[in-house]
Amino acid sequence: MPILEVKKLTLRFGGLTAVNNLSFDMDENSIVSLIGPNGAGKTSAFNCLTGFYKGSEGDILFQGQSIFRQKPYKITKLGMARTFQNLRLFKDMTVLENVMSGMHSRTSAGVLGAVLRLPSQRQEEKKIRQVSEECLDFVGILDKQDRLARNLAYGDQRRVEWARALATHPKLILLDEPAAGLNHDEKDQLVDLIRRIQKDLGITVLLIEHDMGLVMKVSEKIVVIDYGQKIAEGSSEEVKNNPKVIEAYLGKEDEE
Amino acid sequence: MVNSVGFKDRVTETIKGKKTRVLFLSLLVIIVALLPLGVNNYIEEVMTNTFFYIILALGLNIVIGYAGLVDLGYAAFFAVGAYTTGILMRYGLNFWLTIPIAVIFCVIAGIIIGGPTLRLRSDYLAIVTLGFGEITRITARNLKVTGGASGLVGIQRPTIFGHKLYQITDFYYTFFILVILAIIVSLRIYHSRLGRAWQYIREDEDAAEAMGIDPVKTKLYAYMIGAAFGGVAGAFFAVKMTAISPETFAFTQSAMILLAVILGGMGKIPGAILGAVFLVFFPEIFREIGQMRMLLFGILLVIIMVFRPQGLWPERKS
Repeated sequence: MPILEVKKLTLRFGGLTAVNNLSFDMDENSIVSLIGPNGAGKTSAFNCLTGFYKGSEGDILFQGQSIFRQKPYKITKLGMARTFQNLRLFKDMTVLENVMSGMHSRTSAGVLGAVLRLPSQRQEEKKIRQVSEECLDFVGILDKQDRLARNLAYGDQRRVEWARALATHPKLILLDEPAAGLNHDEKDQLVDLIRRIQKDLGITVLLIEHDMGLVMKVSEKIVVIDYGQKIAEGSSEEVKNNPKVIEAYLGKEDEE
Repeated sequence: MVNSVGFKDRVTETIKGKKTRVLFLSLLVIIVALLPLGVNNYIEEVMTNTFFYIILALGLNIVIGYAGLVDLGYAAFFAVGAYTTGILMRYGLNFWLTIPIAVIFCVIAGIIIGGPTLRLRSDYLAIVTLGFGEITRITARNLKVTGGASGLVGIQRPTIFGHKLYQITDFYYTFFILVILAIIVSLRIYHSRLGRAWQYIREDEDAAEAMGIDPVKTKLYAYMIGAAFGGVAGAFFAVKMTAISPETFAFTQSAMILLAVILGGMGKIPGAILGAVFLVFFPEIFREIGQMRMLLFGILLVIIMVFRPQGLWPERKS
């Protein structure tokens, strides 16, 4: 059974159809990329998957369960994490505190536990800290855990976002243009990280990306959309040679 | 490894800082605890009043400072607490038993106001809470059980371990203990999963939701806990004053508490305390100049807000 099934997803804003009848599947523990020219509807589709937009028609199944028009926090709780295209960190909190937010839906201590400092609550706090440190270690910025998020370099802020998403213990992670603003070295590290997320953590990855080099390198399957519609789907070789894809890209935007 | 020196420095600095802080705090507690031995009733009265506002400010601080929500009708919760205790004692219930009931009623009031409104943006929330504060006051004014416009009078004084609380010194210590409890509860909640969730939501609601935090539920908790603080303060207020009337809970009361929190610095416990102290002390100190003092008070507030918009208490984070 695929981990994610998108079925005839349509999203309309008034008269504009941002996503049109989009369908695709993702196999468990695979890396899939969703690409398309600027304004093709990638981010709109992404926001439907994560619950930030409410789709107009269709269905989205995550592990066989419908998450169509669900609230974002419920989707995260089910095991689907996301990052944001333009960084959305909690800027005035420390790096560690940022990552600790991911553990929120995996823990349960309430008001009484906090006020009375119950043993269960203290245990849980310890665990939250430990998991968060592991996630920071995984993305390679454990040494910066006490810094304020706003004071980190851009590339490191990106890593905080990834660590934070990983701390939610996802089965599927959705990365919204993770390479945006990264330099060449950082992009190489990103490729490595995405592979490690798949291999070491067993997490399925859905990537939305502009950087074709990166997409071709890591993706096992690529879904190409234009004007909100799927125009091609397949391996990087298949997609690269698809005339429709070439047509959509050439003359619309410059390749990097 | 690379910045081990910096790290070590920071650790020693923190320990040093912590030591002086603990020393300073214990000294402060001892001074405040011994104060009634050396001062007259007037000072004790002013101090008790300050304690009372500190509790309210700390409660409102949870709503405004921690969760970043507006509440212009906080006096309503304090009213619900005071009236609940007043009415139940009239029916012969022991004071101490009325406290949990007052808290429950306040929490319910918090849910009633928060449930439907927390989906609103902050400016609308401000208006709704303002309305809620007024509705509570007007309801108290018109109901029979609350004593109408003249309110409740002759509320019994409580006894603890056979000792009846009636002198100002008794209430001084009662409210002092409540302040300490309020600080501990505030601190512990702040440094917990829930406290962090409030900060996440305050910083970026969408990102918080993407991390699996239910924003409405989390905000509702802030209202409920803030309301509970108001409820406890209200219950003790009722037995200290022995009389309560709707006008005690007018909008100016909400505004004063709000002022204490904003003046001191939102989200900071010492700030809320400082704000409350300033708020009570200032008009008392300048009592001689009569009506002018409120004018002076207003001018000073404007000056403070212009030059220190983040509040009196300094920002700690680097």
